[in-house]
Amino acid sequence: MLELTPRDEVCTRKALRINPAKTCQPVGALYAALGVHGCMPHSHGSQGCASFHRMFLTRHFKEPAMASTSAFTEGASVFGGGANLTQACRNLFDTYDPEVIAVHTTCLSETIGDDLNAIVSAMDIPEGKHVVYCNTPSYVGSHITGYANMLAGFVRNLSDKPLVGGADGSGDSMSMDLGGQASSADRLKSRTGKKLALFAGFINPGDMREIKRIAEEFDIDYTLLPDTSGVMDAPMTGTYQLYPAGGTPVAAIQALGSAKLGLALGETAAGPGAVALSNKCGVPEKLLPLPMGVRLTDEYLMALSEFASDDVPQCLEEERGQLVDILVDAHPYLDGKTAAIFGDPDTIYGLSSAVLEMGMLPRYVLTTSPFPAITKKLMELFEEYGVADKCLVKDSADLFELHQLVIQDPVDVLIGTSFGKLIARAENIALVRAGFPIIDRYVHSYMPLVGYRGGMRLVEMIAGALMDSLDRNCAEEDFEMVM
Amino acid sequence: MIPSTSSLIPQKKAKSASQTVLDKYSAKVYKKRKTHMLMVDHTAPAPQEIEANVRTIPGLLTHRGCCYAGCKGVVLGPLKDALLLVHGPIGCSFYTWGTRRHKARPRKDEKNFVPYCFSTDMQEGDIVFGGEKKLRTAIDEAMAIFKPETIFICSTCPVGLIGDDIAAIAAEAEEKYGIICTSFSCEGYKGVSQSAGHHIANNQLIKSVIGTGDSVPITKLSINILGEYNIGGDGWEIGRVLGRIGYETVCVLTGDGAVADIRNAHLAELNIVQCHRSINYIAEMMQAQYGIPWLKVNFIGVSATIKSLRDMAAYFVEKTGDDSILQRTEEVIADELVEIQEELDYYKQRLSGKTAFLYVGGSRSHHYQKIMRDFGMSAVLAGYEFAHRDDYEGREVIADIKVDADSKNIENLTLEPVEGKYHLHLSEAAVAKLKTTVDDFGYYGGMMKEMENGSVVVDDLNHFETEEFIKMLEPDVFFSGIKDKFVVQKGGVLSRQLHSYDYSGPYAGFKGAVNFGRDVSMGIYTPAWKLVVPPWKRQPFLSGTIGDA
Repeated sequence: MLELTPRDEVCTRKALRINPAKTCQPVGALYAALGVHGCMPHSHGSQGCASFHRMFLTRHFKEPAMASTSAFTEGASVFGGGANLTQACRNLFDTYDPEVIAVHTTCLSETIGDDLNAIVSAMDIPEGKHVVYCNTPSYVGSHITGYANMLAGFVRNLSDKPLVGGADGSGDSMSMDLGGQASSADRLKSRTGKKLALFAGFINPGDMREIKRIAEEFDIDYTLLPDTSGVMDAPMTGTYQLYPAGGTPVAAIQALGSAKLGLALGETAAGPGAVALSNKCGVPEKLLPLPMGVRLTDEYLMALSEFASDDVPQCLEEERGQLVDILVDAHPYLDGKTAAIFGDPDTIYGLSSAVLEMGMLPRYVLTTSPFPAITKKLMELFEEYGVADKCLVKDSADLFELHQLVIQDPVDVLIGTSFGKLIARAENIALVRAGFPIIDRYVHSYMPLVGYRGGMRLVEMIAGALMDSLDRNCAEEDFEMVM
Repeated sequence: MIPSTSSLIPQKKAKSASQTVLDKYSAKVYKKRKTHMLMVDHTAPAPQEIEANVRTIPGLLTHRGCCYAGCKGVVLGPLKDALLLVHGPIGCSFYTWGTRRHKARPRKDEKNFVPYCFSTDMQEGDIVFGGEKKLRTAIDEAMAIFKPETIFICSTCPVGLIGDDIAAIAAEAEEKYGIICTSFSCEGYKGVSQSAGHHIANNQLIKSVIGTGDSVPITKLSINILGEYNIGGDGWEIGRVLGRIGYETVCVLTGDGAVADIRNAHLAELNIVQCHRSINYIAEMMQAQYGIPWLKVNFIGVSATIKSLRDMAAYFVEKTGDDSILQRTEEVIADELVEIQEELDYYKQRLSGKTAFLYVGGSRSHHYQKIMRDFGMSAVLAGYEFAHRDDYEGREVIADIKVDADSKNIENLTLEPVEGKYHLHLSEAAVAKLKTTVDDFGYYGGMMKEMENGSVVVDDLNHFETEEFIKMLEPDVFFSGIKDKFVVQKGGVLSRQLHSYDYSGPYAGFKGAVNFGRDVSMGIYTPAWKLVVPPWKRQPFLSGTIGDA
């Protein structure tokens, strides 16, 4: 496997990307749109884009990933794709009756400069239906950028600005003019709306369920955007539904403007949704990492506790105690073990924090488009654990480089997407699957990696992988029945 | 031969099915979709016509892919020894990395680039200021690290729009490094589907690879296998059988294929064509340039495989005057059958009477009807994602196909015999004689002629039509791809992927037929189907208490 990869040195490259650990914006936008109830994602590009994105999402979730396409031809590429988009929306409303069509762009429509605002404004949209849009040029950022842009697009297009005096009954007295100038804390104090606007990063439906469960333990009235649970993990009932029961209702997105707080879980993927809500409706935003492991989940719980002005429920504290108990129990098999972690910025940050709590060393932490804020936070995390000199953060690299690094200085476990399995096989290193895409396993998207329970699962997977390696590779006389 | 009307297909139901589906469309969509579906009727006074290879209607949820997918993904992707450098933003390269199951096994000292993914990962600055510099640097870096003998550059949408001259850069690289470096301008917006990409790939391989080698075949029984992509190891099973008979494979286009071999393709005695849609251009162009005749084969299903082997033997008997090849062919067939007969019978008994939809790419929807028939199954609906009319109706309609603006944009090469390399393989009289017994010699009859009266044919079947036809025709299996698989299964009907074989295979040849029977049977009878409805929904009233007799 990967026999052509030079083993003597790490090659330097400026232009050639080999074995990437990222893909393009539109697939992220498409996934975010699937988390809105009754929504039909639409790809404004050539039909291959929608085809590839649906294929990848379907392979990850083992669920249908519906999306429509503007099906650009050479003519549309010359004269603009406005007519295609208008025709597509008309056909979608006529044939598939979505509540909302969520349009994202592609490198094709961005390069020719199609103006979505102008095209959508000129459309004849049926009463009570919506067309929202966002720009997702494939040559900027990654699928995470596209996901974030779609979240912001939903907010910009749908969330209503709260009226002074609170027409929705929330008694919200904020006005937009004040919103721009007041500090987040001041704004929070001045809002009397009760709702929590929760923004989820690029995570699985199983994670979304866990995030909701935790909020529900606090009895908090929240809206989660997007919410792919009930959509990308819909049950088998014998009846197919184009728009499954799950997803954030459009009405709930419209009402986000009167929320008391916008809480984003995952700064890079979810943050821009909360920021858009702040910019448009003056809802103060709070950006947190994905709640992975003990301390980052603590942060989520503390934020909920503060929001609800209530203590952390006993059942969650119990779960926390269980996870810490497990960490203490399993530490002999984890301590000092090295990991190479790769994937999306929020995910690698959460995973790094979790493995450090396990006493492990995140030797290489890699993501493939630069998100400087995450790089900085990772460095701070390593400083805190006193391992900064032993950990390498790569924010614009690929799996070819990771492989070469691992050849030079091997690790005990790889943590990342399915594409790590090439390196895992080539170097006989265990791979723990986490992140997107995982296209070679089942059930992963149902099981959370967030929250304390997700933390337990991470320990089970990582310790399990390390201990399996031990069982397989140790000397016969060192083989242990009890571990 | 016209197949008889199947008792499995309620004719009235089929006819009303397409009408019912169409009636639910708006007037404009109705008009456009009407010509893309029909009910097979062999008693019709004139051959039935279907519209195909025209623009996709936006907003109807097509399953079609793009030109790039057809060129880089399908035709070039399987080549082991070529470094496929995708010039564009990262996505398109990523999506075609390790996901099509074209298996590759490098020979000793042969480079295998299949597990790798190469891209120029164009950024905003490259789009604004042009990506040529980045492409040149990427080629230099690829040469420094991998020293490939071949680099193929495939461009994606924005490259064509900003006008990067990838052909000039390829020519420079050839000159600078003394390698084969060819550019494929396969931007996704070209043509109307993957089909345009096949054509572009065919054209470039003919222009810059085929005919450049000089390694003469050792035997008189040399062939090229065209349009076999070795999905799940299909090509290896076909190769195993052909090897037993004594054929010498010069090259495969392109499953487990190598550019080093394809350079010698012009020296073979016969081209056999498995996937007509994706590779018929090369078959035709090689006939024009080198005089090599082609034979349409189908190695999916035991009966189809046997027919193809006999057709091949008939050609070589005619060509060499030696009928030992025919004898050897029959020996191998008999021997192979002995080995698998018991298993075939077992699966036939489990599958007999089952009905299916087939909605695959360019040739599989046809090929798999043969294997289904071997197992006693029947196709109630079949359609192609990106076929042309000849794939449905037969090559006799090619001359009548309207050339529209989208097709005109794809270069259509007209080639002359190459001096010194053109050979007349069979005399006109011999060709005429062979054609009386081998109907597929230089000809493809299309899918519809072999379908049963009353079955439904739909071109570019979309999501709405899929759901509606399933409700009305209630197939036992839907053979399709990943995008619609789970739609169908959520509705309680088994779906098997015929692009990727659901990560199984091979399905071709003798042993592959057993695998197919096993997989479909496993899917139909897996215990989970019986668990879909919970007991409390099957049994509305529960009475009595625990402990009651």
